[in-house]
Amino acid sequence: MDDFYKEYILDHYRNPRNFGQLESPDATFEDLNPLCGDRIRFDLSVGPDGRVSDVRFSGKGCAISQASASMLSESLKGATLAEVARLGQDSVLENVGIGISPARMKCAMLGLKVAKSAALGTLARWPDEEGAEPQST
Amino acid sequence: MIATADLRAHQIARDFPLLRQPTSRGKRLAYLDSAATSQKPQAVIDALVHYYTHDNANIHRGVYELAERATDAFEEARAKVASFINAAEPAEIVWTRNTTEAINLVSFTWGLANLGRGDAIVCSQLEHHSNLVPWQLLAAKTGAELRFIGVDGDGLHMLDDLDAKLRNVKLVALSHVSNTLGTIAPLDSIVPRAHAAGALVLVDGAQSVPHFPVDVRALDVDFFAASGHKMCGPTGIGFLYAKRRLLETMPPFLTGGDMIREVGYETSSFNEIPWKFEAGTSNVAAAIALGAAVDYLASVGMDWVADHERRLTAYALRRLAAFEPRGLVIYGPPRTVDRSGVISFNFADIHAHDLASILDTEGVCVRAGHHCTMPLMEKMGWPATARASFYLYNTEEDVDQLAFALEKAATIFRL
Repeated sequence: MDDFYKEYILDHYRNPRNFGQLESPDATFEDLNPLCGDRIRFDLSVGPDGRVSDVRFSGKGCAISQASASMLSESLKGATLAEVARLGQDSVLENVGIGISPARMKCAMLGLKVAKSAALGTLARWPDEEGAEPQST
Repeated sequence: MIATADLRAHQIARDFPLLRQPTSRGKRLAYLDSAATSQKPQAVIDALVHYYTHDNANIHRGVYELAERATDAFEEARAKVASFINAAEPAEIVWTRNTTEAINLVSFTWGLANLGRGDAIVCSQLEHHSNLVPWQLLAAKTGAELRFIGVDGDGLHMLDDLDAKLRNVKLVALSHVSNTLGTIAPLDSIVPRAHAAGALVLVDGAQSVPHFPVDVRALDVDFFAASGHKMCGPTGIGFLYAKRRLLETMPPFLTGGDMIREVGYETSSFNEIPWKFEAGTSNVAAAIALGAAVDYLASVGMDWVADHERRLTAYALRRLAAFEPRGLVIYGPPRTVDRSGVISFNFADIHAHDLASILDTEGVCVRAGHHCTMPLMEKMGWPATARASFYLYNTEEDVDQLAFALEKAATIFRL
């Protein structure tokens, strides 16, 4: 787990990219991880070609959640909302590398969950739980 | 002197098999999360195994020897807990699952029967959610008003305007010790004034009774709630202490088997206290094992436990203070007499969860987050804190390991 805190992760944590909020976003969503209180909001603007033209994220939380959201924000421009909504956990794990302990997986996935929720217009499932068998209650 | 006390703690630690278990990285375990749950001594584990191996039967109705043995052990454990907190009699101890259930019992029975519009409930600003949410819901159901004793930036209760807060008050519900900051509530000042104002006093003792001697009659509290798993006992068992005259007039909580005297198709009458509040089969094994935990703590001596934790907390505060030039901030009461063995802190711009993850790689278990006190965190402006908490089995070696792991965090985050 300590291997996770690489130079570029700390850089994204301390100097998050695309940090802030858009004045009139076409899609926006905010959510928190109730387990730890980390909070992230994603704002997306969509151009006439139907593709994301601008992106901002805001929030507060741990290095894993904030760096993951920052790196994700850099990869969203040019995608359609449908493409954003379809993103899977690999889109984050490829950026942040391996070594996230199970206890911290939700921290890494929070930004992606919120970005997908913004694109869907409704709360998305946790990306790391997609494809799992639905829990019978 | 300090060395002698620490030696005793090393000996005590040997009674706790889990503490001998290294982490998957081969690190020595430094368990500093006893405010969340304590580890269990072998005597408590043995009591659970002994019960299921030799004494298991359902209690109270069985007429055979085995059932009598189970019943006797169950009631004996109740008497041990009563004696441990100096209740007047075992009948004043009601078994619950935990502190939360004990507080909810009071809210749903005494609370619903006695509160109404124009009445007030007073808590403090540092309550655990378990001593806040039940009162929020009770206030919403009854029209009563919920008020808060303020705490200052150090987490100390501010009593200047207490008399105004106590106007029309029916219940004062306070944490004895803050699980986030370690603040010990000034019950000596508050309880007499609450009673003079006509209120009953409920104390959430989850963080006090495991750590220092508690005498419910000396405190003169009306209700006292605690959890077994924070005082060397198993999970799934806790208790509510209440004065006999209160328990006798309170309506039942959960209903069904065991809590009845006579049942007809249309109506029922209810059992005597404390069984009136214990519907269904209780967690018999856990109650008996909590009795063993109380025996264990009594054999060590609660005065020693309190002294040891005070010394260790002072030592930890000194070790942590050495990191202050690099941005470590310690929260809570500055004087050790005002606090129990709980230290919340943050280290520069390292988020508490990242800090806890790094400490974990060195075998150090600390809590990180809001510690179930979200309103307090919001008021203080802390998104999260890391929290180290101590118990009778912790030693200076555990604190040294924490300091070593903090050095590693400083290196990783280039502080």
